[in-house]
Amino acid sequence: MADRRRISVTINGDTYEREVETRLLLSDFIRHECELTGTHVGCEHGVCGACTILLDGMTARSCLMLAVQADGHELLTIEGIAPNEEELHPLQQAFMDNHGLQCGYCTPGMLTTLLEFLRDNPNPTEKEVRIAISGNLCRCTGYQGIVDAALDAAGRLRGEAGA
Amino acid sequence: MKPPPFTYHDPRTIPEVLDLLAEKDNARLLSGGQSLMPMLNMRYVLPDDVIDLNRVDGLSGIEAANGSLGIAGMTRQRDIEFSDVVASRCPIMIEAILQVGHRQTRNRGTLGGSLAHLDPSAELPAVAMALDATIHVESKRGKRDIAMADFPAGYMTPSIELDEMVTGATFPLWEEGHGYAFIEFARRHGDFAIVSAGALMTTDGAGKVDRVSIVVSGVGPSPLRCTDAERMILGQTPELELFREAAETARAFDAMEDIHAPSSYRQHLAAVLSRRALEKAQTRLGGSNG
Ligand SMILES: Cc1cc2nc3c(=O)[nH]c(=O)nc-3n(C[C@@H](O)[C@H](O)[C@H](O)COP(=O)(O)OP(=O)(O)OC[C@H]3O[C@@H](n4cnc5c(N)ncnc54)[C@H](O)[C@@H]3O)c2cc1C
Ligand code: FES
Ligand code: FES
Repeated sequence: MADRRRISVTINGDTYEREVETRLLLSDFIRHECELTGTHVGCEHGVCGACTILLDGMTARSCLMLAVQADGHELLTIEGIAPNEEELHPLQQAFMDNHGLQCGYCTPGMLTTLLEFLRDNPNPTEKEVRIAISGNLCRCTGYQGIVDAALDAAGRLRGEAGA
Repeated sequence: MKPPPFTYHDPRTIPEVLDLLAEKDNARLLSGGQSLMPMLNMRYVLPDDVIDLNRVDGLSGIEAANGSLGIAGMTRQRDIEFSDVVASRCPIMIEAILQVGHRQTRNRGTLGGSLAHLDPSAELPAVAMALDATIHVESKRGKRDIAMADFPAGYMTPSIELDEMVTGATFPLWEEGHGYAFIEFARRHGDFAIVSAGALMTTDGAGKVDRVSIVVSGVGPSPLRCTDAERMILGQTPELELFREAAETARAFDAMEDIHAPSSYRQHLAAVLSRRALEKAQTRLGGSNG
């Protein structure tokens, strides 16, 4: 008989209460139970970084957590990054302006990873950016556009004019 | 790529964990999950019970006292990375931990999980071996301490019983001004190393090496101390030619072979990286660490 539990998880400010099987991955909970399909799943063994979300403000690979482990915690996913329906977050805008994405598969993980990174390192070097995204695979861009976008976004978030 | 069915437990206290471990004969402890979850997703492991340590009280923390550094099992790798006391007293651990996976994996991954998982090229077991750490384990039957040298029983297998858990480790600290280095060769930053090497060194008033520790991982089934090289360097004036000669002894290790690298390549890396670690450690002698 399946081991099930009732859990309550706050995602992007909304609370989701569901009864789930305890072996359900957090990534599948977010995508299938909460229907927030912005979080992508590339490998399901922790290697690609596409499924990265913020758990209580810190990045984690959602394919390496059980949904039950998020019970009572707060998540931020790609859907929660923009300030409102019309505007993009400066990081998203910088990705658009610098060809930081092509197919977009890696993008949710890149953005969540960089959100935490730029919060903790507002003025990074290019090398630091490359290390920060070393756990995220992109098959399209060759990374240059992503690195440019991250550095551009850092400037915008620091409030530098013309950045 | 989904975990197999199991019964999930999230105990709140260590005694509850130990009761579960004593009771369940096919259980797995879940710490950071950065190794166990991939193994579950790929169904390399099929436990009947998963015992989650993430809600257990009193299993994390870092403390320096009496010349050693105590780190509890559930301490996140991230908390070690950002710890001031680790940075000032045990900088080799910071240098090593920055090469353990990525920020996202270090946010979850733990010291205890890494020690228990005992991947042959993992950095933290190598640091534990270089520092002659003591591993603390506990079961319903009682507590026991295991010297790191005796902790690996074989490939990815710690010498602990099925009803035991790792609760933490104690790392003896080196004196202020010791030289240290931890370097590795990996295909990309954050990947598991093919080979890594760590070195610690102090010199006496006459400039002779009076204490040295050298470790390589990714060579044998568990981290190896380069005792021949240590013997050659002890009592000598540290210099490049001596390091080169001593590091060459690492080529004699019976090195493993897998899809990533043949044994001859690992032996070569063991010699080159242990030499570089010694050189780097020497340049840091007399610094303000320790
Ligand atoms: C993309 C990626 C890159 C990585 N790169 C590296 C790297 O470069 N170097 C490196 O060392 N690691 C690396 N790792 C693995 C590292 O992140 C893990 O943290 C570590 O191997 C296991 O720690 P954990 O806390 O996640 O343990 P878990 O995954 O929870 O557990 C690992 C194993 O130990 C057992 N266990 C857990 N806790 C205990 C305990 N207290 N007592 C007894 N047994 C226990 C579990 O049952 C399981 O068998 C990487 C992981 C990923 C996903
Ligand atoms: S899907 Fe989680 S890391 Fe690839
Ligand atoms: S944009 Fe296609 S994978 Fe990165």
